[in-house]
Amino acid sequence: MLTVAVSIAMAMLVAALLLSLWRLLRGPAITDRILALDTLYIDTIALLVLFGIGQDTPLYFEAALLIALMGFISTVALCKYLLRGDIIE
Amino acid sequence: MIEILVSLFLLIGAGFALIGSLGLARWPDFFMRLHGPTKATTLGVGGMLIASSLHFSHRLDGISLHEVLITLFLFVTAPVSAHLLAKAALHLRVRSVSSLPEATDGTGR
Repeated sequence: MLTVAVSIAMAMLVAALLLSLWRLLRGPAITDRILALDTLYIDTIALLVLFGIGQDTPLYFEAALLIALMGFISTVALCKYLLRGDIIE
Repeated sequence: MIEILVSLFLLIGAGFALIGSLGLARWPDFFMRLHGPTKATTLGVGGMLIASSLHFSHRLDGISLHEVLITLFLFVTAPVSAHLLAKAALHLRVRSVSSLPEATDGTGR
């Protein structure tokens, strides 16, 4: 039951990652690409949590937390660069 | 019983993540596309983390609450990043299907 659900959810998340990757490559505006990167890291967090459940180990939780921190900071830095032309003024 | 509940939350979370990315890929302009992934953040990852919390509370001793850390962090940061992205898009005058609102001079008029 759980293994089937994990497999189906993993397939759905991979489809979500591919759709975000298509938007990342296609554009058209630079903000679309940043939004696609943002979605990619969110989906990666979900995929890591799912992998942890599938492998029955809480070990991947720390990696998910680190990706959440770094992804938010990178999105803010990219937006700040677009808005002001500089990251730390 | 717990297993059914965990599977249900996993499928709900993955479904919302897929719908969010589908919106990102299919909608015509940037300001519409911004709507999809923010739902994927809150509901998709939220469902996943509820499932993980239930599963590890069941499998290991004691209640597993460290997933709440990720949920809380994402719920706080998702609106901030969406706001900054919209601000950057307005600044760059990204193409939009409807016309952008008139620029105000900061006096509230």
